[in-house]
Formats: sequence, structure tokens, C-alpha cells
Amino acid sequence: MAFPALTFVAVFSLYPAMDSFLLSLYSDFPGPERSFVGFGHYAELLHDPVAHQAFIVTLGFVLLSTTLELLMGTGIALVVHERFRGRGWVRAAVLIPWAIPTVVASQMWRFLLNDQYGAINAILFGDRVNAYVPWLADPWTAFGAVVLADVWKTSSFTGLLVLAGLQVIPEETYDAARVDGATAWQRFRHVTLPLLKPALLTALLFRTIDAFRVFDLVFVMTQGGPGDATQVIQFYGYKTLFTEGRVGYGTTISVTVFVAMAILSLFYVRTVGSKVLQREPA
Amino acid sequence: MIHRPVLLGGILLAVLGSLCPFLWFVLTSFKSQIQVEAIPPTWWPDGSLVFYASALFEHRLLHYVRNSVTVAGGTTVIALVVATPAAYALARLRLPGKTWILGGLLCVAMFPPIVIAGPVWQILERLGGLNTHWGLVLPYVSLTLPLAVWILTTFFHELPVELEEAARIDGCTTWQALYKIMLPLAAPGLFTAAILTFIYAWNEFFFALLILTNPERQTLPVGIALFQGEFIMPWGEIAAASVIATLPLIILVLLFQRGIIDGLSSGAVKK
Repeated sequence: MAFPALTFVAVFSLYPAMDSFLLSLYSDFPGPERSFVGFGHYAELLHDPVAHQAFIVTLGFVLLSTTLELLMGTGIALVVHERFRGRGWVRAAVLIPWAIPTVVASQMWRFLLNDQYGAINAILFGDRVNAYVPWLADPWTAFGAVVLADVWKTSSFTGLLVLAGLQVIPEETYDAARVDGATAWQRFRHVTLPLLKPALLTALLFRTIDAFRVFDLVFVMTQGGPGDATQVIQFYGYKTLFTEGRVGYGTTISVTVFVAMAILSLFYVRTVGSKVLQREPA
Repeated sequence: MIHRPVLLGGILLAVLGSLCPFLWFVLTSFKSQIQVEAIPPTWWPDGSLVFYASALFEHRLLHYVRNSVTVAGGTTVIALVVATPAAYALARLRLPGKTWILGGLLCVAMFPPIVIAGPVWQILERLGGLNTHWGLVLPYVSLTLPLAVWILTTFFHELPVELEEAARIDGCTTWQALYKIMLPLAAPGLFTAAILTFIYAWNEFFFALLILTNPERQTLPVGIALFQGEFIMPWGEIAAASVIATLPLIILVLLFQRGIIDGLSSGAVKK
């Protein structure tokens, strides 16, 4: 009964991933002169300054955005976990950034940050038009803009994962702490936070893995620019593979990303996943 | 738990922070060209529908909407038809290596798209699937299956086994037990999986960009990302198109907030 599903996954996910690895061992352009180069492309990758930059940008993006998303997400989760009138509406409102297509969110932030017509400049500088900042034209603010857009878009998803963690903490635990005279902050610090650890770890890993794949935001907001300031690895791989048509080197980049991800996934399955899997019937 | 004023502040912050940026885009979509290009910007629109007319008729937005409906709808139907028996088998039958299959699916769901993009493109080229909607639906089904299977497996798992045992005693086959007894009971889970699959396919950009190069076939995200004016960025039209592309999703979220939240967290932290 599981056969059709497994076939789909095998043909369109597993086989392509393995094929990518094989392609990365051959010279770039398909045709009669295509030759086996072994790990030649991987050696090239080690000495490619653009790739180094892309890895650093990606890593910076992953670290910064996941940290902020975890903080915002925990805040959101604590708020929507409370009981109050209209909670369903608040939860729906918070979910909207998650539901909005990333491409739409990217265009939206690009316009909000526009150097002439953007709302951000208008809010910050009002009528002082000369002070308006071209946010996406400066390497640092452009990077910040991509992070901001990602945090806005996905904090609610992080919030949901944390919320699921909050919901399994029994009410009695808090009652006990309250009887002992713990303040709200102490209850959060010493009861909620330790019990929330698995959920936070799950959220962190989910977001880390997803942030590694960031593409839409960069494609629409900055095209990797200015310079290579926001060129994340997935975008560099896309350009090499599909714009330049360098099949061998492009797949080398993608396989390297994949290995980084596989290590993370393994870490994920080892630490958190095993707990989830144990709940499935043996 | 949280002090009332703090909670109120938190609610306000979360709601305004979530909605305001997009509201600005909504306001923009109802402006006139002069208002959009005003420096400093004007906040309140005239209520003009110029940009909607222009997006719909000059930029042929409905075309993109139709393509997106076809692709997202097709993906949802096929993914569910394929995921349901798989999830049922994983939840109920004694299959060898069941945990490995579930864990493996989770790993597959984490593949960076770039890793499979090249070979998927080559497969579709060989099958003649480039620039076709089914050519996009095939990888979408594969990419949405893991989440759908996870959601449905947890759902089937929670339904009482006794029901099927009773059905089997009455002479039902496994398939009959699934379709006659379990499916109606699992309707909420199916529905959640369907919504999440639909939203994924509606929003996906990377594969759509690679596979659909012909504007006739492109979906909404590709259309909106590649929106070009003759001389200037057509912000008003982009805003109008974005509102149209987002409206169905906002309706889904407002109606099915609870199911979406349960479904998204079921793959991660199980209640």
C-alpha cells in the first residue's frame, strides 16, 4: 500500500540526489568530450572565493535568522498559549505571514524598503526625503533586509512548534510553582523553559534546515547583490547550474550543501527524532 | 499566567507586526499611479481599482491564477491519493522497517531543492514534462508526500483499531476497511493534509521557475517574481497581483486555523 508513495519519493527525490552526486564527478558540459574528473570539482570548490563567500553568507543568515525566529516564535507562542477572548483570531492573524507566498512577502519587503516610495523610510524620516536610505543597495542593510523578511515570514511557524511544546506541559506544574511563591518570570525561567527544551530544539533544527535552503527571498529581493553580499549557497548553485549550465560544478555545490544538511538531519534524528519515532508502533 | 497588561501588549505587537506590512501592500493596490510614486508616500489610497484592472487585463493575471489552481489542485489530489494508503499501512500493518521509512521520509523532506533540481529537470526533459503542468505536479507530489504521510499516519494511529477488527470479522479486506471505515473517520486529518499540500504547491517558486519557462504556463509566484514594467517597477500592479494571490490563503487560514496548527506540529512535536 505504501508502494506508490515510495516510488514517487524514490524517482523524484532519492534518485535525483544520487544522480547529482554522480554528475558532480564528471566535467561540466554534457556531450562527447564529457570526462570523469573524480573529485576535481570538489577541489575547485575549496579554492573558489565566491563559494566561500556564499557559504559564509548562508551561515550568517542561518545563525541570525534562526536565533531571531526562535526568540520571536517563543514570544508568539507564549502569547497565543494564554486563554483570552478572540484567541482564535489572534492565532489566525499570526499565521498569515506563514501562509503568504514567499515571493509575495519578498516583493512586499522590497517595496517597503524602497529608497523612494518605501514605507520604512517614510516612517523613519517622514518628510526629510534627503535622509531616505537605499536599504537594498548597501551590503549590510541588504543582508539585514533578507533576514528581516525571513524572520517576519517564518517566526509564526517557529511559534507553532513551540506552542505544541507548551501544550504538553501540565497545568499542575505551574500550580506547584505558584504555591511555592514563584514569580511569573521565575515560573518561565525554571518551569517552562526547561520543559520546553525538546520543542525549542525541534524548532531550531527545523528552521536551521529550512534557512539553509533560502532562495526565493534572495532571488526576488536582491538577486544575490549588491556584489555578492546576499548570495546564499542555494542561489549560487542555481546560477552555476542553470544560468551558466555548468552541470558538474553546479551539482558539486549542491552535493556539498546536501552533505552539510545530511549531517544536520542525522543530528536531528539522533537527538529529537528518535523520541518522536519511538511513539510509533514497533 | 502572563500579567494582563503584558499579555495585551504582546497580542497587539504580534497582530500588528504580522498584519501591518501586508496591509501596506493592500493599501498600495488600491492607490493610483500618482499616489504610489508620491515622495514621501501617501498612506491612504483613493480606492482606485486601476491596478487591479491593469494586472488582470494587461498582465493577464487570471492566466497565472488558472495555472496555479491547476498545479496546486492536481498536486493536492494526487498527493492525498498516494499518501493515504501509505500512511494507513505505516500506522496499522506490520511492515518491516517501518520506523526507518518514516524517518527516511523526514530526511527526504529536508533535501535542499537544489540537490534534486538538476536531475529532476533532466528526467522531465526526457519525459517531455518541461513547461507542462504535470511536469511540475510530479516533483511537487514527491516533495509534499512526506508531510502528508506524517500527518495522516499520526491521525490513523489515533483511531481505535477495534473498528477495523470488527470490519474484518464482517469480511472486509484491508482496502475495504480503509475506504469504508477509516477514511470517513480520518476526514479531518485528510482535510488538514490537503490544505497544507495545497498551500505548499500554491506558494512554491524554485521548481516552478526552473520547469516553467513559458509565460503561458507559469504559476502565480513565478509571475509575481518576474513582473516587469516597460520603464519602471509596476509596484501597484505587483501589489494587486499579490493581494489576489494571497487572498485564497488568508481565507484558508481564517477558516481552518486550528487544523493547520495541529497539522504543522504533528510532524514535529506530537501532542
